[in-house]
Amino acid sequence: MIQNIPLSYFLVISTFMFFIGIYGFLTRRNLITMLMSIELILNSVNINFVAFNRYLYPQQLQGHFFMLIVIAVAAAEAAVAIAIIINIYRNFKSIDVDNVDEMKY
Amino acid sequence: MADYTYTLLIPLIPLFVFLFLGLLGHKMKPFVTGLIGSTGLGISAILSYATAFKYFIGSHVAGTGYASIKGFEVSWLHLTDKLTIHLGVLIDPISVMMLVVITTVSLMVHIYSIGYMKGDPGFYRFFSFLSLFSFSMLGLVLATNIFQMYIFWELVGVSSFLLIGYYYEKPSAVAASKKAFIVTRFADLGFLIGILMLSFNTGTFDFQTLTDPHGPAIASAGGALFMGMSVLSWSLVFIFIGGAGKSAMFPFHIWLPDAMEGPTPVSALIHAATMVVAGVYLVARLFPVYALGAPDALMVVAWVGGFSSIFAAVIACTQTDIKRVLAFSTMSQIGYMMLSLGVSGYGGEEGLGFMASNFHLFTHAMFKALLFLGAGAVIHAVHTNEIGGMGNLRKHLPITHITFLIACITIAGIPPFSAFFSKDEILAAAFHSNKFLFAVEFIVAGLTAFYMFRLYYGIFWGKETHYHHTPHEAPKVMTIPLMILAFGSMFAGFIPFHNLVTSDGLPFESHIDWLIAIPSVLIGVLGIVVATVMYKRESTLPDKMATTFKYLYKWALHKFYWDEVYLFVTRKIIFQHISKPIAWFDRHVIDATMNGIAGITQYTAYAIKGFQSGRLQQYAFVFVSGTVILVLIFVYLV
Amino acid sequence: MLNEVMFFLFGAMILTFSVLTVTTRRILRAAVYLLFVLISTAGLYFMMNYNFLAAVQLTVYAGGIVVLIIFSILLTSHLSERAVMAPLKQSIFSALATIAGATLTLMTILRFNFVPNAGVDPQLNITDIGNSMVSYNRDGYALPFEVISVLLLAAMIGAIVVAKKERKLKE
Repeated sequence: MIQNIPLSYFLVISTFMFFIGIYGFLTRRNLITMLMSIELILNSVNINFVAFNRYLYPQQLQGHFFMLIVIAVAAAEAAVAIAIIINIYRNFKSIDVDNVDEMKY
Repeated sequence: MADYTYTLLIPLIPLFVFLFLGLLGHKMKPFVTGLIGSTGLGISAILSYATAFKYFIGSHVAGTGYASIKGFEVSWLHLTDKLTIHLGVLIDPISVMMLVVITTVSLMVHIYSIGYMKGDPGFYRFFSFLSLFSFSMLGLVLATNIFQMYIFWELVGVSSFLLIGYYYEKPSAVAASKKAFIVTRFADLGFLIGILMLSFNTGTFDFQTLTDPHGPAIASAGGALFMGMSVLSWSLVFIFIGGAGKSAMFPFHIWLPDAMEGPTPVSALIHAATMVVAGVYLVARLFPVYALGAPDALMVVAWVGGFSSIFAAVIACTQTDIKRVLAFSTMSQIGYMMLSLGVSGYGGEEGLGFMASNFHLFTHAMFKALLFLGAGAVIHAVHTNEIGGMGNLRKHLPITHITFLIACITIAGIPPFSAFFSKDEILAAAFHSNKFLFAVEFIVAGLTAFYMFRLYYGIFWGKETHYHHTPHEAPKVMTIPLMILAFGSMFAGFIPFHNLVTSDGLPFESHIDWLIAIPSVLIGVLGIVVATVMYKRESTLPDKMATTFKYLYKWALHKFYWDEVYLFVTRKIIFQHISKPIAWFDRHVIDATMNGIAGITQYTAYAIKGFQSGRLQQYAFVFVSGTVILVLIFVYLV
Repeated sequence: MLNEVMFFLFGAMILTFSVLTVTTRRILRAAVYLLFVLISTAGLYFMMNYNFLAAVQLTVYAGGIVVLIIFSILLTSHLSERAVMAPLKQSIFSALATIAGATLTLMTILRFNFVPNAGVDPQLNITDIGNSMVSYNRDGYALPFEVISVLLLAAMIGAIVVAKKERKLKE
């Protein structure tokens, strides 16, 4: 496999996924879809770590554990974010991100 | 060397009284504040007399002169080794004489004011300001160096401002106090320039060093010439300008008639006896420098004095307000004093003018204060200042009448009252020095007698006008000072000034020069006779004379239009062409700049306010773009 | 040969579905597309012989998080509700920023010549991974393990507290 597929292909994929995630975060109005975009970003980072681990340091496990930690963090963050979204839904009856703009000038 | 440190108390007691009455006076009964003020001054007066006794008689060794002694000195502001400003007390013949004059007249005015100002709501304020003035004037005469004198000079100006504007609800009084302060302040600019030039050239502020005849200050007279006069002369001329402002000499005289808006005791104290002689005192203090180092400056002094004298005398002949007549009379008499200093030499017989000037200062204080306080009693009785509203008051105000008459006879120069002696010495000094000035002063003597008796007859004789209520004699608290001052006017002439106050401190022989004395008495008598003929009874002679000399009369009545000239210069020229553009510039350029800066800040704030919109996606957008730009700059461009 | 085909297949799936996730107007479909993205990623991991990681990805990410998301979608909106898209200005600016960022990153990455390690195909078994996860010697990862467990605990408690309903006090 590594004879055929250079490392940079993986990096290209993860870069695209990362910036698509950013685009989604900046454009979507629904809070949950914004959360999904964030998951995309985190996922792209995971691909990066694993690719580097596989191609540059195959004997070591740092990439593995980083990826596990990132997954754990993503899970925890998604849980807390959804709790907050539910709270917002209770107060505003909608989860449009333009509703939560109280902290301004 | 005797110890004179106790003289420090003389100015300090009025200072404490000022602070005490100023801060706590409103809580006390008015009579108590008057009593406190008078007591303070009384103690200062007693200390002054003690000092005079000790200095002139007690610790004096016969045959030697009077040296100047520094009673007390403390270094107040030590800037560099060469530039140090001291505060202290200087005891010397003229300062001791002035102590006696100031405290006596001030005490009389204090006692008088207890009666005159009765019922006035600002009673305690009046007394605190009187004490402030006494403190300032005493500090001025006791100054050891010219800078200290300048400090107290300004303080005296402030006190005068406060007292002239005492009736602060009257717009004319407020305007008069502003005028007095501004004119004297303007003259003080000259004084300051003079001080700076003098001290820069001679390296010292101290009077003892400056006036030392063998000292370095006078020796520096030979030096660079500028437009024909040495630097020393120029500095002394500038200093004299300051003195001329304070003493209401021409052309700075405009404030003195208006200053009569203040209460009459104020006019008596400040504008007759003490503050207006500050200029004379200044020249007398620096007299050795004037006489030995800058004789041309002394000539300026003499001519200004002589001109002011006759100028004021002519105007006084036409005025109808009692206090204005007395104000111009003051200006004229101070002209005498200045002239006397101006024609004097230094040392022994030459110094006759100096001695005469101080003698006249002493006697003038007595009789002029008496005249003003008497005028105050009259005004108190009939509630008007104009001669036209008075007449035949001698029946109603006997004591005032007698004392006023004594003062008028004194000022006319009739022996044996005091002014005869002092005026005679002045005329003698003028005669020996400059015949033209002598002639001028001779005429002024006659005019003085004339207008004073015109005033006297106008008040106390003539047809009785209708009064609202019968005028009553002033209460004892007002008449007793009148009597004391009358006593002084009568007998002060016998004090042997030629032994005590001379230009170099040494006594000299002086006797009455009958060649000059007799004509001066005669012209005084002539003036009295003319006034009697014209004014004692109702007659049309004054009106006929007014129409004959129509233009002279009109010009004199309007004080030769000098007020109008000054108003024209300030309003039409300075305000229109200098102040207005500067004000425009200030409002439209400087303020606009400040407003512009504030406006730009505000505009910028509005413009970037949008960054804090509270919208999450906007924040994220700024974050991402910022990162991209930073990476672009730092990875690819730098 | 097969590797390349599979790789491109998986890559295409990832990219397509991620684009669809961020642009579709139906929220539930976005969640499903996200699921497909995550499954494709797991496929990539399987290709690299990282079985454990792929399994974790499927279990936690695809199984746990996406389910959570779907759950919350159903809690907070109607199924037929259409998402409102952003105004055009915002889309344009975001697109510009994104494209700029992508370009920059790609330029940086592709310029660098990564030297892959000589092709040793590691045989990682799960025992090794487990041992190193809890060992505390030089290449042990006990500390991150503990840290992550604390984080999960905090997240749990936080989520419960935040989402709790306000209980009305009974009078």
